[in-house]
Amino acid sequence: MSLLVEGAPRASNSGGEPGITGGHSAGDRIFRAVALLAGLLVLVILGLIAVSTTHGAWAWFSSQGLSIFGTKWDPAKNQFGILAFLYGTLITALIAVVIAVPVSIAVALLMTEVVPKRFARPIVYLIDLLAVIPSVVFGLWGILILAPKLSSLYASIASGVKGIPVLDSLFGSPTSGASFFTAGIILAIMITPIIISISREVIATTPAMEKEGAYALGATRLEMIRGAVWPHSMGGVVGAVLLGLGRAMGETIAVALVIGSSATITSHLFAPGDSMPAVIANQFGEASGISRAGLMGLGVLLFVLTIIINMAARGYMARALRKARGL
Amino acid sequence: MSVDLLTPPDLSDLRSWRRTKDRIATIVMAGALVLVAIPLGFVLYTVVSKGAGIISWQFLSGDIPPQLSPASLGGLGPAVVGTLLITGVATLLAVPLGILGAIYLHEYGGNGLLAKVIRFMSEVMTGVPSIVMGLFVFTLWTTTFGFSGFAGSLALACLMLPVVIRSSEEMLRLVPNAQREASFALGSSKVRVIFGTVLPHAAGGIVSGSLLAVARAAGETAPLLFTILTVTTINTNILHGPNTALSTQIFANATSPFPGAQARAWGAALTLVVIAFVLTMIARLLTARFAKRHG
Repeated sequence: MSLLVEGAPRASNSGGEPGITGGHSAGDRIFRAVALLAGLLVLVILGLIAVSTTHGAWAWFSSQGLSIFGTKWDPAKNQFGILAFLYGTLITALIAVVIAVPVSIAVALLMTEVVPKRFARPIVYLIDLLAVIPSVVFGLWGILILAPKLSSLYASIASGVKGIPVLDSLFGSPTSGASFFTAGIILAIMITPIIISISREVIATTPAMEKEGAYALGATRLEMIRGAVWPHSMGGVVGAVLLGLGRAMGETIAVALVIGSSATITSHLFAPGDSMPAVIANQFGEASGISRAGLMGLGVLLFVLTIIINMAARGYMARALRKARGL
Repeated sequence: MSVDLLTPPDLSDLRSWRRTKDRIATIVMAGALVLVAIPLGFVLYTVVSKGAGIISWQFLSGDIPPQLSPASLGGLGPAVVGTLLITGVATLLAVPLGILGAIYLHEYGGNGLLAKVIRFMSEVMTGVPSIVMGLFVFTLWTTTFGFSGFAGSLALACLMLPVVIRSSEEMLRLVPNAQREASFALGSSKVRVIFGTVLPHAAGGIVSGSLLAVARAAGETAPLLFTILTVTTINTNILHGPNTALSTQIFANATSPFPGAQARAWGAALTLVVIAFVLTMIARLLTARFAKRHG
């Protein structure tokens, strides 16, 4: 495969190797091989992750069979079902996406279409700071500062919706500040910068001609955004949202601190729960035997889920960018 | 109904519902920005106000006391040393390999199938949860060689590698082809072209991208949980024996009921945030200079 690349003239390669290849001295060939090995390392690591974690989880897969998809996780009773953790991961990620997406898209539009370029740069720096704060710091802040504040808020919301059919089962009976919803809020804060920065990149590719065309037809800025910017960038924004979703599902430490660590499946968003990465972080150190293999299995599942989501996201974004260039 | 053709229609009717909707949309967008800024300000304010009081030389160098001891006793010296060592070694592992990988992708692979696959998978790899990297290094390294700072470095390096590859390749892409051609025309070998022309040209951007990856890695907790264990005294031997880091100390202290432990957690949080911000700031300055040179 690698032989095809060397020395083959590629006219349409912008940047990269110019058609001329210098001498094929031994030094050149050795360096090329070293660089290739470094590149292959990515594939090797991904392969090793899949193999080694699956191997570590094998005792769990083989001894539990289909009951790995049970709802009970109780090592003392030899029950190792993961459904509660899967549920917690999905529900917290969903809350995060529902909160973060509208806000992020609005900010991305603000920065590309409204704010003049010289003001946009400081805003970018500001938002990037949010991405630089370590997740454990968000977790610390979440459990010591935010959760106690939310606790009383949850209580008053719960008493407000008491008796109302759907709302009561969603927002009723809170126990403390540590809950699915608190985890969702923290995750929303954490995935906002990534959704903003990628949406911004995509939105910025909207051709000026289309925008000016919309303005020339008398459109207001909002109408221009809906008519020209939005159809153009929707695919890429979907990719950005998927990336945010993947990040939210894999986030470990912040969630481990604020979710409440209770393996339950409930419709109550203000109730404590648990998620796949959080339970690994909290229990793997002390676990042994099947329990440890089961937590490793959660890791495998998490790996597969996030790989699929990230592939879908990158696929969407690549297609959106191709479309943008084709226009 | 006769049409008045003499007076031009008023095209700037500011009172129309369409204008109002546009105004509302702008206000909503500005509101969203405020909504993003609030948690940022709140978190930073809390970290600074709670962490600044405890930061002292003793805090940054003292041994880690038991959780129940007051904030005035001991410090987090082992964690400071651990974070610097573990992140430093991870950087030494990931950055050269990442740059080499980027050189393969851009200078050799180009649009070939293998390069496309590696490029795509390294993008996907940036999305692999950090806890999975921890489990991976645990099974492959720690179970055989035991807990050590180096195991933590390996896990962090796995996280940094795809980020460095992606950002470095972007920077190589910015090097004008004319530069390469000029160097080739002078009779340089490909390696000469890369090391003599391409890399110096892209150096600022590559360093900047790598610093951002380091800043991110320095605060990571999940990959360290099952790889370095914990210690209460400074362990400068990264290859041997358990170690500790600021991030894992915060994780351990965050759920502690003791005010002393919580105070140390805030101090560690401030230290980590400062480290990450300083690295990011340097990266920004380098990027700004890099961008200026490239118009």
